[in-house]
Amino acid sequence: MGFVQEFLQQLVNGFSLGFIYALIALGYTMVYGIAKLINFAHGDILMVGAYGGFFVLIALLVTPGSFILSFVIAMLICALLGMFIERTCYKPLRSAPRINALITAIGVSFFLENVARVIKPIGPNPKEFPVFPQKFNLLELDFLGVHINQTQIIIFLVSVFLMFTLNYIVNNTKMGKAMRAVSFDRGAAYLMGINVNRVISFTFAIGSALAAAAGILFASAYPQVEPLMGFMPGIKAFVAAVLGGIGSIPGAMVGGLILGIAETLSKGFISSKLADAIVFGILIIILVVKPSGIFGQNVSEKV
Amino acid sequence: MIIMNKRVLTFFKIAGLILLGLLIGDALIYAGIIDEYTAQILTLAGINVIIALSLNLISGFTGQLALGHAGFMAIGAYATAYLVMHIHVPQHLWPVLVGISIIIGGIITAFFGMVIGFPTLRLKGDYLAIVTLAFAEIIRVLMINMEGITGGAAGLKGIPLYTEDINLGPVVSFTWIAVFMILIIFLIRNLIKSSPGRAIVAIREDEIAADSMGVNVFYYKMFSFTLSAFIAGIGGGLYSLFFGYLNPTMFNFMKSADFLVIVVLGGMGSIAGTVATGFILTYLQEFLRVLQDYRLVIYPLILIFIMLFKPTGLAGILEDIKTFISKKISAKAIRKTGEG
Repeated sequence: MGFVQEFLQQLVNGFSLGFIYALIALGYTMVYGIAKLINFAHGDILMVGAYGGFFVLIALLVTPGSFILSFVIAMLICALLGMFIERTCYKPLRSAPRINALITAIGVSFFLENVARVIKPIGPNPKEFPVFPQKFNLLELDFLGVHINQTQIIIFLVSVFLMFTLNYIVNNTKMGKAMRAVSFDRGAAYLMGINVNRVISFTFAIGSALAAAAGILFASAYPQVEPLMGFMPGIKAFVAAVLGGIGSIPGAMVGGLILGIAETLSKGFISSKLADAIVFGILIIILVVKPSGIFGQNVSEKV
Repeated sequence: MIIMNKRVLTFFKIAGLILLGLLIGDALIYAGIIDEYTAQILTLAGINVIIALSLNLISGFTGQLALGHAGFMAIGAYATAYLVMHIHVPQHLWPVLVGISIIIGGIITAFFGMVIGFPTLRLKGDYLAIVTLAFAEIIRVLMINMEGITGGAAGLKGIPLYTEDINLGPVVSFTWIAVFMILIIFLIRNLIKSSPGRAIVAIREDEIAADSMGVNVFYYKMFSFTLSAFIAGIGGGLYSLFFGYLNPTMFNFMKSADFLVIVVLGGMGSIAGTVATGFILTYLQEFLRVLQDYRLVIYPLILIFIMLFKPTGLAGILEDIKTFISKKISAKAIRKTGEG
C-alpha cells in the first residue's frame, strides 16, 4: 500500500472518529452556551447511552430494526437522565459561584462511572459490543484502494442525519429560537417571556441524546463497552468544542472533525502512545493562540 | 534579662507545643502504644493532608478548580524516587539527601505547574479544570511508557525507605511527614494572612473587582497554582519514600478525586477543615475496606450533597454550631439583665 493510499485510509478513519467527537462536542458546546457550565458528566452520559444500546441489542439480536430501536431507546433514556441531572444537581446552583457547579458536575460524572462499576448487569469489566453479523454486510466501499467499512458508513449516515436534525431544530423552530436567545442573553430572554428553565432542560435533553447516539457509534467502532469508556472521549470532545469555539454549533462540528483526523493521523504516522498527548497539546496551543476558537467570538466581560 | 517581643514569644510557645506533640507522638509509636498499622494510617493521612492542602490553596482559596493533583503527586514521587535511587551518599548524609530530593521533586513539579498554568490561567473561565484533568491523564500515560525512568506499568520497585531499621521505621516516617505537614500548614496559613494571600482570596471572591483594585490577577493565580503544584510534588516525594514502590495506576483520576473530596467535605478555604477531614477520611478508608467499591459511589454523593446544601463543608457546619451556641448564650444574658 502506497503512502498516499495509507494517508487516505487514515483520513477516512479520522473522519469517522471525528464525526463521533463532533456529536459529543455538540452536547458540550450547547450546554456551555446556554447554562455556562462545563458538564463533566457528558462523557458518562455517553457511557450510559452505550450500555442502553448494548442491552437492547443483546435482548433483540442485531438486525437493522433493533439497531435503530437501540438508538431510539438509548437517546430517550439519556435525554431523561440529562434533564433529571440538570433539575436536581445544576439548577439549584445557577446563582452559586461557578466552582460549586463544576464540583457538582465532577461529582455527577464520578457517580455515574462508579454506579456503573458496582451494579450487577454492568460491572467493572469491558464487554464486547454486538455488531452486525457478516450476512448483513451490504454496506462496504472500496474506492481507490481505500476501504470504508460498514461501521464507518453507519457513523457517517447517523451523524449527518443527527446534525441536520439539530440544525433544523436550532434554526427553524420556536424552541431553537428560544435557545439562541437564552444563549445570547439569559436575563433579557427571561424578560421577553421565554421560559428559561424549559429551554435549559430541553438543551440538556438534546445534548444528552446526541451523547447517547455517539456512545452507540463509539461502542460499535471499538466493539466494546466499559464503565470508564466516556472519560477520554469526553475530554477530547471538550478539546474539540474549544477548538471550534465553545458555544458555537458549527464550531463543534468542525472542531470534532479536525480533532478526529489529528488523532488518527498522529496514531498512524507519529506514535500511537503519544496520540493523546498530541491532542492535549492542541488544546494548549489553542488556549495560547486563539482561546475563542475558530468560530468563537470575543466577548468582553461585563460587570 | 532579655525582653522578648510578644509575637516572638507566641511563636516560641506554639513551636514548643508542636515539638512536644511531635515528641509525644513519636514516643507513643516507639513504645508500641500506637501500633504500627495505626501509625502507618496516621502517616498516610499526613501525606493526604499535605496534598489536599495544596489543592485547597488553588481551589478553595484562589477559586480555580484543579482536577489533576494526582498527576503532580506522581511527578514529585517519581522525581524524588529517581534522585534517591541514583545518588549515593555516606550513611550519615542520607537524611540530607532525602530532604533535598523531596524539595527538588517539589521544584520539578512546580515547573510542570507553571508550564500548564501559563496558557490556562490567562483566560477567564473554567479551562483549568479540564486542562489539569487531561494533564494528569497524560502524565499517567507517559509514566507507563517511560520505562527507563519509571519502570513502566510493572511499577518502580526498591525505592529506599526513610530508614533501613525496621524497628525505627514507623517513627522515622511519621516524623518526616509530620514535620513537612506542619511546615506546610504554617506556610499556607501565613500566606493567606499576608498581602499576597489577600490578593488571592480577592480573586476568588470577584476576579473583575480584584483586577480593578490593582491586583495582578494572572500573576497571583500563577503564583498560587505553582505553589500548589510544588506542595503536591512534595507530598508525592514523601509518599514514594514511605511506600518504597510506585505504580502509574496509583495516580489515576480516582486519586485526584479523593483529594477533592477531602477539600470539599472539610470546607473550601478552611485549613483546619482540610486537616481534620484528611485524617478522618484516611482512617475511615482503611477501616471500611470492605466497602471498597461502594466508597467510590458514596464519595461523589458527598461532593454533590455538600455543594447543594452546605458549600462551606464541615468548617461551615462547625461555624453554624458556634454562632448558634453564642446566640443562645447572649439571649440568656439579655433575659437575665431584663429580669434584673
